[in-house]
Amino acid sequence: MAISFQLFFLELFYTTNAHTNFNSNSSSSCGSSQPAWLKYIYPLNSQKCTTLVLHLNMTSPTVYPLCVEQTTGVVVQPQLFSVPRNEDLKEMLESNKESLKLEAMKRIVGLIAKGKNSSELFPAVVKNVASKNIELKKLVYVYLVRYAEEQQDLALLSIRLFSVSLALRVLSSIRVPIIVPIMMLAIKEAAADLSPYVRKTSAHAIQKLYSLDPDQKEQLIEVIEKLLKDKSTLVAGSVVMAFEEVCPDRIDLIHKNYRKLCNLLVDVEEWGQVVIISMLTRYARTQFTSPWTEGATFDENNEKTFYDSDSEEKKEQTEAKPYIMDPDHRLLLRNTKPLLQSRNTAVVMSVAQLYWHLAPKHEVNIVTKSLVRLLRSHREVQFIVLQNIATMSIQRKGMFEPFMKSFYVRSTDATHIKTLKLEILTNLANEANISTILREFQTYVKSQDKAFAAATIQAIGRCATNISEVTDTCLNGLVLLLSNRDETVVAESVVVIKKLLQTQPTQHSEIIKHMAKLFDNITVPMARASILWLMGEYCERVPKIAPDVLRKMAKTFTAEEDIVKLQIVNLAAKLYLTNSKQTKLLTQYILNLGKYDQNYDIRDRTRFIRQLIVPNEKSGALNKYARRILLAPKPAPVLESAFKDRDRFQLGTLSHSINSKATGYQELSDWPAVAPDQSVRNVEVIEPVRNPSSSHTPYHKSDSESEEESSEESEKTSTDSGKSSSGSENSSSESESEQKKKKKTKKAPQKKSKPTAVTTPSFGPVKTYELLHHMTGKGLSAKYHFPRQPCLYEPSMVAVQVILTNSSDHSLEEIHIGERSPAGLNIHCFNTIERLEPEASVTVSMGIDFSDSTQAANFQLCTKENQFSVSIQPAVGELLMPSTMTEQDFTKEQGKLLGMNETSATITMATANTSSQAISKQVLSVANVGVVSSSQNNFHRFAGRTVSSGALVLVSLELKESSSALLTINTEKSVMASMLLRDLKQALTQA
Amino acid sequence: MIHSLFLINHSGDIFLEKHWKSVISRSVCDYFFEAREKAVDPENVPPVLQTPHHYLISIYRGKLFFLSVIQTEVAPLFVIEFLHRVADTIQDYFGECSEGIIKDNIVTVYELLEEMLDNGFPLATESNVLKEMIRPPTILRSVVNTLTGSSNVGDTLPTGQLSNVPWRRAGVKYTNNEAYFDVIEEIDAILDKSGTTVFAEIQGVIEACVRLTGMPDLTLSFMNPRLLDDVSFHPCVRFKRWESERVLSFIPPDGNFTLMNYHVSSQNLVAIPVYVKQSISFFETGPCGRLDITIGPKQTMGKTVENMMVTIHMPKAVLNANLTATQGTYTYDLTTKVLVWDIGKLNPQKLPNLRGSLSTQVGVPKPEDNPSLNIDLKIQQLAISGLKVSRLDMYGEKYKPFKGVKYLTKAGKFQVRT
Repeated sequence: MAISFQLFFLELFYTTNAHTNFNSNSSSSCGSSQPAWLKYIYPLNSQKCTTLVLHLNMTSPTVYPLCVEQTTGVVVQPQLFSVPRNEDLKEMLESNKESLKLEAMKRIVGLIAKGKNSSELFPAVVKNVASKNIELKKLVYVYLVRYAEEQQDLALLSIRLFSVSLALRVLSSIRVPIIVPIMMLAIKEAAADLSPYVRKTSAHAIQKLYSLDPDQKEQLIEVIEKLLKDKSTLVAGSVVMAFEEVCPDRIDLIHKNYRKLCNLLVDVEEWGQVVIISMLTRYARTQFTSPWTEGATFDENNEKTFYDSDSEEKKEQTEAKPYIMDPDHRLLLRNTKPLLQSRNTAVVMSVAQLYWHLAPKHEVNIVTKSLVRLLRSHREVQFIVLQNIATMSIQRKGMFEPFMKSFYVRSTDATHIKTLKLEILTNLANEANISTILREFQTYVKSQDKAFAAATIQAIGRCATNISEVTDTCLNGLVLLLSNRDETVVAESVVVIKKLLQTQPTQHSEIIKHMAKLFDNITVPMARASILWLMGEYCERVPKIAPDVLRKMAKTFTAEEDIVKLQIVNLAAKLYLTNSKQTKLLTQYILNLGKYDQNYDIRDRTRFIRQLIVPNEKSGALNKYARRILLAPKPAPVLESAFKDRDRFQLGTLSHSINSKATGYQELSDWPAVAPDQSVRNVEVIEPVRNPSSSHTPYHKSDSESEEESSEESEKTSTDSGKSSSGSENSSSESESEQKKKKKTKKAPQKKSKPTAVTTPSFGPVKTYELLHHMTGKGLSAKYHFPRQPCLYEPSMVAVQVILTNSSDHSLEEIHIGERSPAGLNIHCFNTIERLEPEASVTVSMGIDFSDSTQAANFQLCTKENQFSVSIQPAVGELLMPSTMTEQDFTKEQGKLLGMNETSATITMATANTSSQAISKQVLSVANVGVVSSSQNNFHRFAGRTVSSGALVLVSLELKESSSALLTINTEKSVMASMLLRDLKQALTQA
Repeated sequence: MIHSLFLINHSGDIFLEKHWKSVISRSVCDYFFEAREKAVDPENVPPVLQTPHHYLISIYRGKLFFLSVIQTEVAPLFVIEFLHRVADTIQDYFGECSEGIIKDNIVTVYELLEEMLDNGFPLATESNVLKEMIRPPTILRSVVNTLTGSSNVGDTLPTGQLSNVPWRRAGVKYTNNEAYFDVIEEIDAILDKSGTTVFAEIQGVIEACVRLTGMPDLTLSFMNPRLLDDVSFHPCVRFKRWESERVLSFIPPDGNFTLMNYHVSSQNLVAIPVYVKQSISFFETGPCGRLDITIGPKQTMGKTVENMMVTIHMPKAVLNANLTATQGTYTYDLTTKVLVWDIGKLNPQKLPNLRGSLSTQVGVPKPEDNPSLNIDLKIQQLAISGLKVSRLDMYGEKYKPFKGVKYLTKAGKFQVRT
């Protein structure tokens, strides 16, 4: 072994510096009270941990070279790192020149990167925290974050300096407990900031504060709760990360944000996606029932049941009805599917595990292709993915069988990759493909990588036991390998043959004879032991050979390895019992040798065997049973995959990878037998109503911004639901709807508590209209508003929420929708409300297809006794849904809609409405459109599409001097344009 | 999440360390060194290691180990993907990812690491965003910086990160507007002794180099998108459009990026561009063996095969090779036992041939099996799957960009068993 020396210059101060460090980076190791006789016990990064004990008698700071034996075989040049240089840096830092300071900081950061200690420069560095030079400042931050923990007092001083510019990120990275209150304040403030970037930073700071002071948990959870409501894609990933770190068990915080997170997922940055997906996987396992039940039906089109089926799941469980997937469960699966196409392998893997753990069995297959694609990626990625595929392929052969060839081994693969591929191929083997696989294995056996060749032989053994058709072929193949030149191959073959013969204890004496012949050439102890064991076990099948083998072994007994000796004793005993005439003397001889062996295991065994088989007066009843003890038929060993029990861990986790529970691993819970109340997630429907009451509203910028985002999101869901819910109307069978009616009976009382929160819409754009006054409705009153959500029933419908209140003194029964006119009017009715108690109210959602006209939808609202004709007349702005586009898109589309399609008017704006926030607010209150970000200050653009036909409606407002403005609407629906123009004009001109 | 990062060179020295949470002693790397020692080849080091208090996840790139220290449960792919992203970023910034280049730019690398992770959670990994905050070094800029004392740290918040196109920075301006796309396909194949295909598939990638002013919205369409079986996209590609219309619609990042990776459906038979006739044998008697390899074109679609190269990992027992090549040159590395035959352009009239004898160690049994041949080749102006880009349209900007598409076929993991 090459021995080399590595020189370490240990710089030791005997001064009273409180934090004397080695060039290690551990925090300080000795206090000032220690004498100059310093004893350091310091492990070095050599293979063996060398312990150094230094006795230094020092009078001045000195540099001591140390020689340490190391096995890495490289001579490292000593790197000079001495006191004067740091003095140098100090001087540079105190100079007046920015460039000198910068240079010094760069060198210091270089030292940090190399893991050298530069903590004594702390005071000099910290002074520069208030510098105007941004790069210098950043470098100071880097330094500060590294050393703050060690130099707490000084770090605190510096905080005062930079808190002016309050960089939360740096502040929170300084792990000094005393600043906890400041951090808490800063986090709270930042969490309500206008900029999503700042809010993101605050989400990051939450984790840091938590790790610094876990006592702040409660307060932090409040902040998390607030941030979870955030609609920015930028924040979502970070806050879920914080959630996972601080309070992963507070599942209740997720309920209300579940649907939002699902919908935002595609637009979240890739790292956030991974975190959110893994959190949602856990969430779903606690909230939904298992889709894996027998005879489950998988209805893609059951979005119908989205709102009106609170207790549906429960009912189903009790009545053992066919399984219907919770629409929220479906939502998650549907929204994660596109992420399989992500370029980020971690995202793909996390979606794959989500499908594995949550999707109905027949849907899991869609992840296969993507996983196989990942095998093209880096070596390390392959390793993890193969591990996961290995686990999956045990349970679900069919998933990967078509891709079998992708797991063929190349000679250039790393050994652990080869072994994993082999594992998978073995798992995939079945009657149909076994011949192909065996042919492939034949090439592997010849591999130069002997460890891999040995693994292949094991794999062949497993195939042979699993698939009885090929057992003989495999066995013959393995016997051929016995004449292989390579020892490990032969040894492995012997071991595997032994196992195979045990599982197939038929006429295999030929093979045993063959092995006995080879015995002299085999030197690997394990193989020798295996052959001996086989001889003994089947000694009656080879009556002539076995005693001869024993004779040979008696000669070489003393030279054998321990396991071989044990087997010799065994063989002797078994032969003594079956063929004592020939072997009695040999056995005696061997037992005598064993009696004086050095190894006490062997002495023990010998003593035991002797008492058992040789009859004498001392040996009792056991003697009679010796034959039955030693020659009992033995159960065959089961050859199974090493990944057999890996599925106890969630796929894709670290724990799965190392096959043991990692710190902080969260068990994936089993499906609940009965799904918890699913109405807890319903909040989203009325969220726009609720939103203003939550605290982060006062600013307007984010108002319009969140509007924009939600519109984006809603567009997505609408297209989604458009895809899947089309035809849901027809497909829902009679029985199903009946069943739902039954459920209704149970549900009505549950609903009662909710509407109180709903009935107070204070948000600007949401206006409530009266549908039925309680006087005319004989106690039943109805109000409606447009929630401006995409309609879930059909994309061409406008969603309407109706609040039914019973103001009479008796309960109303069977509230439902009766006749409608015009006859062809397409309404998605709410399900019949069986009973409405006095003073109770209930909110129901409907969908109405207005066909892009403001013609009123007339229908009858019926109770058990009465029928009331009511009508809903939509404002033109409610027939739109927001559309997101860039400014360029907008101008391009506008260019296509000129001439006949353009309507414009010059208006005089009310003075209160001239700010851009006010304009957005007014326009959005009139029409459900999306704000298009504009690069010009005097231009405001809004875009929407009509709900039914999807025609573009583009609104632009050009501010001219002295509060006049040009309002232009471009759309092919000219009637709508003029009506919208009128409404907008009114909104913008009034004060 | 990611606690600390150590960069370790080929010979086992830690030359950079960065801690995102509290500092972890570098002695934690000892467990890694132990595994490294055991693994013989650096490629064989297991990527995930368990130590009593930490978990070590490492990648091996460009003769460097990127070793991250983890303390709690995290998806290992998350870390691995991130580490590769770090390596990619360094490569993107400095042109290569090697010990020397990192040491030369240690401050910039350190700043990059600071920006890429916050408290162990990835913050900004988009190269466009990073370049806005920390400008990559150029010769001109370093000259200017030394003269004026100005810095290479951007003073603005990354604008891109706030918009809904986080991958593109705002205010891009070019005098020459150009968009180039390279369609690169790799053939992965295993051929057996007799030359029949055991396994073959085509993996493709579209690398883009887009330098366009403003916020262009591009649409790339194919003549035969049906060929594409499985795809993965850069986040900029609108997946909905792909699903419905099979076109790539995107607002591109500025500069070089990988637009998409694809896999050609396995139903299509893969054309194997070359055939290999080989015989390698070792004699039972005497310390020698014989090698004879001929390569000829098979299905090249009328193009010439270039950059042909054959690499053979010889068995340990082979001491030396005494060969003659009719074309190109061969080298045999005595320590790594790798035989490389660099052929160059393949001439269909005169097939290249390599033959001669191999001398093996005396007294050692002849090698059990023959080494397999790894083939490298390039075919310009051809996508072997037949994929064709039909057009590129630009919306949102007025100017006319210069557009170009290039095709290239390469051998990926192309192996001939013997």
